[in-house]
Amino acid sequence: MNTAGFFVIGATHHRAPLEVREKLSLAVEAAEALRGELAGIAGLHEFTMLSTCNRIEFYGVASHPETAARVSATFCARQNFDPDVFDTIRLSLSGRDAVQHLLEVAAGLDSQMIGETEIFGQVKDAYATAQARRSTGPVLNRLFQKGFQAAKHVRSTTAITTGQVSVANVAVDLALTIFGELAEARILLIGAGDIGEKTAKAFQSRGAAALTVASRRFERAMELATALSGSAMPFEQTNARLSEFDVVVCATSAPEAVVSLAAAASAIRKRPARPLFFIDLALPRDVEPTVAQLDNVFLYNLDDLATIAEENRAARVTELVKARAIVAEKADLLWKQVEAQVLALAPAPTADPGPALPHPTHQRAD
Amino acid sequence: MFAGLNDRAWLWTAAGFYLAGFVLGTYSILRGGRPSGAAMYVLIAVGYVLQLVGLGLRGRAVGGCPLGNNLEIYQFTAWSAITLYLVIGVTFRTSLLGYFTACLAATLTLVSLAIPAWDPALRLHIFGGNPWIELHAALAVFSYGVFGLLALTSIMFLARNHSLKSKHLGGWVSFLPSIIDLDHIGVRLLIMGVAILATSLAVASAYWLRDTASANSLKIFCTVAVWTAYAITLGLRLGGRLLARRFALTCLLIFPLALLSLEVVNSRRPLAAPHAPLSGAPQP
Repeated sequence: MNTAGFFVIGATHHRAPLEVREKLSLAVEAAEALRGELAGIAGLHEFTMLSTCNRIEFYGVASHPETAARVSATFCARQNFDPDVFDTIRLSLSGRDAVQHLLEVAAGLDSQMIGETEIFGQVKDAYATAQARRSTGPVLNRLFQKGFQAAKHVRSTTAITTGQVSVANVAVDLALTIFGELAEARILLIGAGDIGEKTAKAFQSRGAAALTVASRRFERAMELATALSGSAMPFEQTNARLSEFDVVVCATSAPEAVVSLAAAASAIRKRPARPLFFIDLALPRDVEPTVAQLDNVFLYNLDDLATIAEENRAARVTELVKARAIVAEKADLLWKQVEAQVLALAPAPTADPGPALPHPTHQRAD
Repeated sequence: MFAGLNDRAWLWTAAGFYLAGFVLGTYSILRGGRPSGAAMYVLIAVGYVLQLVGLGLRGRAVGGCPLGNNLEIYQFTAWSAITLYLVIGVTFRTSLLGYFTACLAATLTLVSLAIPAWDPALRLHIFGGNPWIELHAALAVFSYGVFGLLALTSIMFLARNHSLKSKHLGGWVSFLPSIIDLDHIGVRLLIMGVAILATSLAVASAYWLRDTASANSLKIFCTVAVWTAYAITLGLRLGGRLLARRFALTCLLIFPLALLSLEVVNSRRPLAAPHAPLSGAPQP
């Protein structure tokens, strides 16, 4: 099998566990140095390097069958990684299959969290960097640019990105469902632990500006409030000042409920026209379950949020089949567009092809 | 090509576009997708223009605002709701409002066209040539269009509220606007509807006070009752006493009663010399 032409080689989360990916990850300086080394490989006409926490991949256009193996060897040498071990986890694809892989990666179909959109930006950055280093040419330019269009098409015509799959982001989505936007929403975080902090950060990343932290340890509340550019509030004032907030994130380790039905009812009476949203991430629960019966009050606990996240995850997996069919169709078209250019680079076949180099073409890790 | 079409043919075509919008939206939702806002808007806008032509032809034939029978009243109510949707749809970009509006408009227009008795060929003079009463009638029916749209946003609010309370967030409900947005739109529509109907009543009362003999007490009672019901709802909402789910439910329940009152109002028209038979109207 010939890997001359367009290929992708690398390692991903599918077969490389975290401790292996740690060894394969490239620091900025190392990546820059590796680019220089790859540029020196004879027969490698174009290349792009994609390095994220879940994958290291090299996309290349080569005129010799052994070029992909040389890229692999160069990378292992720089990372001081055993090439034999790398062979066992290696992703290696060429031609149309490599095109499909690129499109699936860009569309988030190959991601650990299916449908996530961050990878799209990472692929774009990788391509932009390669362009800036003049390591792309007509083939990669076409493949990446069309690949971005295909990824957008997949995202807009399927529900692959619909619904959040983390508890914190599900909570933020619910708040958006109630309040429309979060710029004006006032968030109260009761409890200054990790879960609460993550949720507060998720709210801030989606536009929430007014954050107040309340904790039994006021100094910890102050510390977290400072870190999140919010304000702190004495824990004892929580119930009395509930009505000042739109979203109340409860994540304390208190053995009994922190927000009672009476306190919630009193709060909603003071702000009847504006809903009140409780997110109870604590175990045991911080908010009395009967609070959910109040009109214009919404209460979601950890189980509720986890169930929604799981449903969203399952929905994305279902949508994966549809998305992959679209990608396959786009990959066929795209490969036909560049195939002639790519094959023109391959050397003419000879009577004696010589010793074959290891190049597990068409091996998919997943 | 269209020159030979009579008013009912234009109205049927318009109803077809509203129905197409509703079918398109239903198809998208059943497939798990969001109805295309642009496609919905175009279908409804085309239907709106065609309906306007149909109502215009009817108005020219009757020599006034076409509000002389049930068909015309229901058509005008649907047209009013669509007018507001075309404004609100652009301003608020309210997801699914187009779908619900297409559903309402298709229902009102198709039902009104499908019942021959609602559009008799021989019809009566409706306003006795008085432009103030014509203005009163037009404003009143327009306000019913506003209340129709309010009923739609109330349905959307209740669906959204129920999905959040029951924690079943998937399906078509996920395309609905936020609770706050729906509530704000509802309040604004209610203010608009109450104000327009109040203006309509004020215009009519100025006429009735000068000519008490022509005033029909049951008709006045029905119209004032509808206005009072909506005005009380508005007062309670602004006073913080009728909120969220109960507010939406109230707005939704008043609307069918308001539509029923139209029947009473329409049946109490003063008799006058009949017009010539209308060209497009079904023969008795």
